[in-house]
Amino acid sequence: MKHAAAHTFLSFIKKEFFHIFRDVRTMLIIVGIPVTQILIIGFAVSTEVKQVPTAVYDPLKDASTRAVIEQLRASELFDVRTMLEHPDEIDRVFERGEASLVVVFGEASVQLVVDATDPNQGTTTAEYASNIIHTAGASPLQIVPEVEMLYNPELRSSYNFVPGLMGLIFMIICAMMTSIAIVREKETGTMEVLLASPVKPAHIVVSKMIPYFLISWVIFVLILLLSVFVLNVPVSGNLVWLNVLTLLFILVALSLGLLISTLVKTQVAAMLVSSMGLMMPVMILSGFIFPIESIPAALQAISAVIPARWYIAGAKKLMIEGVPVYRVAKEMLVLAGMATGIILISLRNFKTRLE
Amino acid sequence: MEKRCDITGAPPAVVCRSIHKSYKGVKALTNLSLEISKGELFGLIGPDGSGKTTLFRILTSLIPADSGTAEVAGWDVVRDYRQLRTQMGYMPGRFSLYPDLTVAENLQFFATVFNTTVAENYHLIREVFQQLEPFKNRRAGKLSGGMKQKLALSCALIHKPAVLFLDEPTTGVDPVSRKEFWEMLRRLKNEGISILVSTPYMDEANRCDRIALMQHGEILSVETPAQMRAQFPKKIYRLEVDRRFGWLEMLRKAPEVESAFLFGEALHVVFRSDADALAFRTNAPALAFTEIRPEIEDCFIYLMNKTEK
Repeated sequence: MKHAAAHTFLSFIKKEFFHIFRDVRTMLIIVGIPVTQILIIGFAVSTEVKQVPTAVYDPLKDASTRAVIEQLRASELFDVRTMLEHPDEIDRVFERGEASLVVVFGEASVQLVVDATDPNQGTTTAEYASNIIHTAGASPLQIVPEVEMLYNPELRSSYNFVPGLMGLIFMIICAMMTSIAIVREKETGTMEVLLASPVKPAHIVVSKMIPYFLISWVIFVLILLLSVFVLNVPVSGNLVWLNVLTLLFILVALSLGLLISTLVKTQVAAMLVSSMGLMMPVMILSGFIFPIESIPAALQAISAVIPARWYIAGAKKLMIEGVPVYRVAKEMLVLAGMATGIILISLRNFKTRLE
Repeated sequence: MEKRCDITGAPPAVVCRSIHKSYKGVKALTNLSLEISKGELFGLIGPDGSGKTTLFRILTSLIPADSGTAEVAGWDVVRDYRQLRTQMGYMPGRFSLYPDLTVAENLQFFATVFNTTVAENYHLIREVFQQLEPFKNRRAGKLSGGMKQKLALSCALIHKPAVLFLDEPTTGVDPVSRKEFWEMLRRLKNEGISILVSTPYMDEANRCDRIALMQHGEILSVETPAQMRAQFPKKIYRLEVDRRFGWLEMLRKAPEVESAFLFGEALHVVFRSDADALAFRTNAPALAFTEIRPEIEDCFIYLMNKTEK
């Protein structure tokens, strides 16, 4: 009897894989979204700077200033195009759009004039330039302010975006796709037949979750490969624990999908609830777009119940900071607790009858 | 577990006692009692909204009744639903297989759901499935209406259920497939499977052992089709005329006429009494009335009108 039940369970899982692989839209969502999101946000939508058009006004023309200019030229961040002969020219190069940064050498200091039309871009440019000038070791030059950048010395935005995006992607794939897959059986009437059969309702839903669990893990590996080899985001921490943390989060997302499926009756409703109820909070309250520390205290409190917040925090620590695993124990425990709680609630909610 | 049995020792296929069911205050079933013997091919006849599907869902343990009890193959539909679900086959009203799985995959899947194999009970579905064989690798969603229903029936039969519930299996199916479908049901009945089938088509009623006429959640009458037609208390006349709708309106206004309705290309007319019939026909000698045997539909309309009044 045990054997027969296992056989039934396996054929449910096989059937679910058929549903996934035979539906073009499902395949597009589970493969297309992760790859394009990672690549678009990792590459195009970044706040980092590269090849900033730069002008230099160097009335001193001594060895130390020349060393600094060489350093600037050597960096791929700056494109030193113009050497200015007169201070009046500074305004002109800005007006013509010939430079976003002008480095002005003085007797005892270096002045950085930055185009701050885009404040983020401006600040980042200034930070980079002052870093380079500082390390160029020009002793008589005083650079203020002096800021040390930890973990992401180049302020690379993909470092920040990759863990956040993973949080978002797993919410889409696991929560939305699972809830839609279960609700589709209700909508097409096949759930009616399955409920009228001897199969245990828990088996029906768990067999729905397993394929998405496996697929999510494959996608996670894919994202990691893209991050490391295409976006040059390193994995500084323990890879095994990063996997454990991610699988815990995937489990939370799957159980949320299961919970949604017990609450709604149509695929459209499942999609709306999962996108409005899950994806919006992930974008806004998880620290993905706005740092947790900078949102109002009341919203910070709400963000504590958002699984992605804990995942993103843990993933950043493990991937970027490379901390030992005990530093992410809290995040892991919170996620494990959430998964257990939600699965228990939704299995209780899942009915053995139609109403 | 105590089971109610008939003389042969087998419990009746279905027993319902005073079942009530409402949805948000709207009555779906009212005080419904019914008994179906083992091995019977039983038809539920009634228009849309008469409560047929609700009754099916209660009997298949999918929804609980508000009050009253029901047993299927001796199992209480609420208390013993686990055992019951291994003993019955259910084919819901709308197509309920996986359109993205092939014919063979659907059958295979439902066989494992019921812990059996396609080979084990192949003799039950052989005849239907032979017709599906050429389309074995076609997706179920791409089949014609008749083929879909045959596949759904095969899937509901694959575990050799004691009782088979078919909710409007022939709705939207072409006449040839309908005929084949009913021949199939007849053969299954001969295999000893009890069948409860619902249909909105009155002409299919004649193929059942017994039928129940349903209206507004109540059973108006349970008889064999022949008894039901024999018990029709009045004479019924068929009238073939041009401009049927004009005549229909005129007949319905006539004081002698109890009921008149369209039946295919002709009108069926029932008079209040034989005297009224005679009087009316003398007044309108040009109209060719022929006395006929009542059809199930005549009985149904007669019973419906009687309850409405």
